[in-house]
Order: sequence, then C-alpha cells, then structure tokens
Amino acid sequence: MDLNYTAEERAFQQEVRAFMKAKVAPEAAAKIAVGTHLDKADMDLWHRRLNEQGYLAGAWPKAFGGGEWSAVQKHIFEEETAYHNAPRIVPFGVGMLAPVLQAFGSKAQQDYYLPRILSGEDWWCQGYSEPGAGSDLASLKTRAVRDGDHYVVNGQKTWTTLGQFANKIFCLVRTDTTVKQQRGISFLLIDMDTPGIEVRPIILIDGVHEVNEVWFTDVRVPIENLVGEENMGWTYAKYLLTHERTGIAGVGFANAGLDALKRVARTEMHHGRPLIEDPLFAARLARIEIDLMAMATTNLRVVAGADAGAAPGAESSMLKVKGSIIRQQINDLARRAVGPWAVPFVSEDLDSNLYHPGPDYAAKASNTYLNNRKISIYGGSNEVQRGIITKAILGL
Amino acid sequence: MDFNHTEERRMLADSLRRTLERGADWAALAELGVLGALFTEDEGGFGGAGFDIAVVFEELGRAGCTLPVLEAGLAGGLLADCGKADLVEQVIAGDLRVTLAHGEPGLRYDLGPITTTANGGSVSGRKTVVSAAEDADLLIVSAMADGALALFSVDPKGAGVTLHSTPSLDGGTVSELTLDAAPATALGGTQAQLEARIAMATLAVCADAIGCMDTARDMTLEYLRTRTQFGVPIGKFQALQHRMADVAIEIEMARSAVINLAGAIGSDVAPRDRQVSAAKNLVGRTALLVAEEAIQMHGGIAMTEEYALAPISRRLVAVDHRFGDEDWHLERFIRLSA
Repeated sequence: MDLNYTAEERAFQQEVRAFMKAKVAPEAAAKIAVGTHLDKADMDLWHRRLNEQGYLAGAWPKAFGGGEWSAVQKHIFEEETAYHNAPRIVPFGVGMLAPVLQAFGSKAQQDYYLPRILSGEDWWCQGYSEPGAGSDLASLKTRAVRDGDHYVVNGQKTWTTLGQFANKIFCLVRTDTTVKQQRGISFLLIDMDTPGIEVRPIILIDGVHEVNEVWFTDVRVPIENLVGEENMGWTYAKYLLTHERTGIAGVGFANAGLDALKRVARTEMHHGRPLIEDPLFAARLARIEIDLMAMATTNLRVVAGADAGAAPGAESSMLKVKGSIIRQQINDLARRAVGPWAVPFVSEDLDSNLYHPGPDYAAKASNTYLNNRKISIYGGSNEVQRGIITKAILGL
Repeated sequence: MDFNHTEERRMLADSLRRTLERGADWAALAELGVLGALFTEDEGGFGGAGFDIAVVFEELGRAGCTLPVLEAGLAGGLLADCGKADLVEQVIAGDLRVTLAHGEPGLRYDLGPITTTANGGSVSGRKTVVSAAEDADLLIVSAMADGALALFSVDPKGAGVTLHSTPSLDGGTVSELTLDAAPATALGGTQAQLEARIAMATLAVCADAIGCMDTARDMTLEYLRTRTQFGVPIGKFQALQHRMADVAIEIEMARSAVINLAGAIGSDVAPRDRQVSAAKNLVGRTALLVAEEAIQMHGGIAMTEEYALAPISRRLVAVDHRFGDEDWHLERFIRLSA
C-alpha cells in the first residue's frame, strides 16, 4: 500500500499544472468559478489550446497519435482541470465517439473523422436517449431502414447536450425490429446538415439552453456512415459507456466546489461573524469534507484497479452514485450559504436583464444547485446504477 | 379534539381552489375574500386566526399562485397594528398593494440590527430581497428612529427611491431598494409587532409549502403510474415505491407541524416562536426532500422548464430561504427550548 503518486505521476502533475496556470483563459475561469455557462467561443479556444499541447488526445492510444495516458494520469488531468477552473473537454467527439471509432470504426472512418475531432472541425453530439427510452435505453425506436446505398432514418432523440453547436451526431438507431431489443440496434454517424433534421432547444429548470431534441424525418444517411457491423450498435454503445469512467466520481469538481464554498462561508456573515464559524454550518461543511476525503480514495482505488488490468465495470457505478450525491450536497450547501441571496433567480437564456443584486459568488448558487440535479439522472440514473451494483457486485 | 377545519374555512378553501384552477387575478382573490381572511374582524376582515392563514396559503401553494397575498397580509397586518384602518380597508378590497421592506445586506435571516434610519420626514438606507415591490403601490419600510425600530410608508415611485427588480425563485419578483432621503410617513409600530407579523408570515410560507408539496407528490405519483420503462410503469419498482412512501410520510409530518404552529400563533411570544422555529425547520427540510425526490423520480423531464413541475420545485427550494432557513430555526429552537 502506497498512497502517493509515483515520481513519474508527480512529474506529470507538475507539467499539467504549469500548462493550466499558463493557458487557462481568465474569462473562462471566472465564469466557471461562479457557475456561469461557457459560450461556444470559450469551449473552442480551450479545445485548440489542449490540442496544441497534445492533451486533447492524451487518453487516446499512441497508434492514433494519443498520449496513451494511464487511468491515474487521466485522473490527475481531471483534478487539475477542476482545480484551475479550466473548461472541461467537450466529451462527445474526443472522449466518446473517438474510442468507438478506434475500436470498431473502419480505417476510412478513423482517417477521416479522428483528425477532424482534434482540429475542432467537427463538433459531435450524442443521439442516444429518446422520449420513451431513458433508463430503458435499449427500447429505443428511432428507425433506420436500408434503401439502396442509404439508410433512411425516422424518429426523435432527446437530451442532446450542446447539439445546437454540433455539425455531426452519432446515433443509436433500430435496424431490426424482429429480434431481441439489444440485437437490433446500429451505430450511425449522421451529418446534422442532412435535410430532414430539426434541432429544437430544451430550456432546463435553471433557465439555460443546454440540451435539445433532435427530430429525424426521412433523413438519408450513406451506408458507409455505419460504424462496425449492422445490429451490433448496443455492444459499441456499452463500450462507449464503460470507456469514460475515471471522471465519473467528479472528485476534482467536488474539491473545487468545496474550496469555493469555503471562500463564500468565510465572507458571508451570520450573527455578525463569518458563516464558517457557525457550528451548524461548520458541521454540514465538515461532514461533506469527510465524505469527500473518503470518496477521493475510493475513486483512486477503482482507478488504480483499472490500471492494473482489472475491469472497472460495476465499481464505477458506486463512484457515480456516491460522487453525484457529494457534488449535489456541495451545491446544496453553497445555495444555503448565500442565504436570502439565493432568492433572486436570474437565468441566462430566459432573461435579457442579467442583473443580480447580491455578491458575485451568490449570483448562480440557486441555478447551479438546480442544474446539477441532473447529475444523479444522466448517464444512467442513480437508480439504474444501484441496480447494476445489486446484480453485478452483490449477486442479488 | 377536532382536526377538521370549520365549515366556513372549508368553504373558503374549496372556492379558492376552484378559482385558482380557473386562473385567478388579484381582483378575483379580493372578491373571493382571500385578503379579508388574513385580517381579524377588529381589523376589518373576517379571519386572521392561524387556521385562516393555513387554509388560504395551502391552496395558494397547491396552485403555485405567485400573486403577493403573503405580502398583503404581512404589510397590511402592520398597517392594522399601526391603526391605519383606511389603508387596511383598501388592502382588503384589493385596491392597494403593499409590501414590507425590512431585510438589509449582511443581516442574512436576522431581523436586526437594521441601519436604515429615519430623519424628519424621510428615510435613508438599503433594503434587500424585498418581495413584490415592483408592483406595490406602497412600501412599508422599517427604519431606526430615535434609537427604536419604527415603520414608515414610502411611495415606491417617489423621490429618493430606487428599485432594482429580478425574478425570484418562487415565481414572483424581488427588489433591491435604495432609499436616499426618500419622503416617508411615520406609521408608528414596534419591534414586537413586526416579529408577531413575521411569525404569521412564516406560518403562511409553511402552509404554502404544504400545498406545494401535495402538488409535487401528486404529479410524481401520476408519473410513476404512467411512465413505462422496461415494460412496466416505473411505480412498480419497489425502490421507487418505498421512497414515495417516505415522501408521503414526511409530508404528513410537515402538515402536523403546520397545524401545531397555526394553533400556537396567537399564544405568548416564547411558545409561539418555539413553534414557529419547529415548523419552519421541519417544513424547510421536507420541502427540499420533496423537491429533490420529485425531480429524481421523474428523471430528465423534471429538469425541463416546460414541464409543470419546474416552478413547483423552485418554489419548494425557495421555502428555506425566506424568514430563516433550517439551521437558523434549529438554532433558535434550541435557544428557546433551554
């Protein structure tokens, strides 16, 4: 047992830290620090800077020009990202589609799409969930019917994050209705400019346009845009879901959130003294910090296990459940910390007047709290994760 | 012992519920007697008891009504305390919209010490998170005069008054109020009267939350019955059934806490405030639980602005941020229980 990073890992941490200090745009960091959503330009700039440094493809295999980072290196990168209030890598191309193409795509698909992901030429979004297929994703109904050298796609996808910026979408579509649900799904790459695609915004509870509905009406997709084999899409989808697992606990974000919360609690006054000295508030803060310390180690145990070749499968469900709860508790306490300033509710995409009366750190406390109720719902709700734990780990 | 509301209160609640379901404006509420129910007969109304407040606000919360009834009761009540029968009559008729401007920067949930001061015929200072000031005809402003708290009426459109308004988490508006030697009329009033009216307003927030929680529970139950995944309604999953049962239990506990408070609101200060803090602590906790569980059990759809649960969830989250949060009342309950 050794709880320290190796010398190589520490060197990597120093390198990433120096990069973050030099390259994170102060404007973006300021937005992230108070919970304001980034605009496309902020995300594009960070994408470019990461690509110049080689960090964008850090997790990719060397065969595809990547850095082949270990799970611990990925963890370090995510931790530093959060600590410096750097933007997150927009995951849909780099972290989700790319591994699928690298494992199952044709040489032509790899040669064409992977460089465009890194250059930022393509912005991918994810077409998985449907109105009737959420937790039960395999029941998806969007149809793709072969017609000559095209598929004709009809249906509707939802919760398409940042789809308003995307020029490409990877979709799970039903290509066979006669077999067991999971066996009739294919993985298709679709150009968002194809006639018949309509993107409609969904405004979330915090008033922000973050996700979309995507409607497909007789959308013609060339058959060379099929990834792998027809009707094998479920296998690729599961591969994609298990691939991005190191960040699932969100420990870096939780640490950054806790630091920010402590700063607020030192500034806010309660009975004429800093809120952080209030025993009830201090107790809430301490309980979360104690949980987070244990979470960080739980996360590293799973990460280290994956590095040694163990499958991180069901353990990552534990990280998702507990990690999301801790992050939501931090958001909850951050909202409590600002007291009556939580009541003015100004949302970016609903109001033109963005005046918020309280201190800067209070402006988004309620919005962030509300928005992050999503993290125990998306990517497999905590109920689905608990189901996985019960079956795969506990054998019930 | 009888846990049934009187016939009159049941009738008021029923007609208020039907009126709100049709979509009621301010005049409709006044005509129905909703504003009159907040005041005693001596004050010109026909209610004013804890259970009058409880039935009215439970219905307002159930419907998610964002009209400033609470503000009318709070500021109007203070006008009654100051003997301003003519103004109270206008409030009850729905012809005069009033709101209390009391909170100040740095006070958090404490009621004092305030720094707004009265000087001759004017007041100066800053008031924060003032509910429904944007549409108010008259502001009731607390200020220090000769070393004691007193109340003043201020014309929101008058000289020296600046309002910055934003939407609020509970669906209304809140304003920042800057008073720079704003002309003001002295009303009288005492700290004790202010505290008694805020106790009553806290009961109103708690009762509102009960109605709001009932709505969130009913919507969630409906969703559990109709949303199908894995070939069955998701309400068939025991993991959700038991959590829904806990939600139902906690709402009944909150309802009892509000009954305790409504029964004690007219008693002496110490027992009254102990019940205020007990109820507000418990209701604050429960409102958050119900909001979070309603969202989680719905899933993604509850995260959308378009779905009717969104304003209800926000209103439930806002409960804990008005008139003292869970911890503020826990601390006060401990102090008052010593």
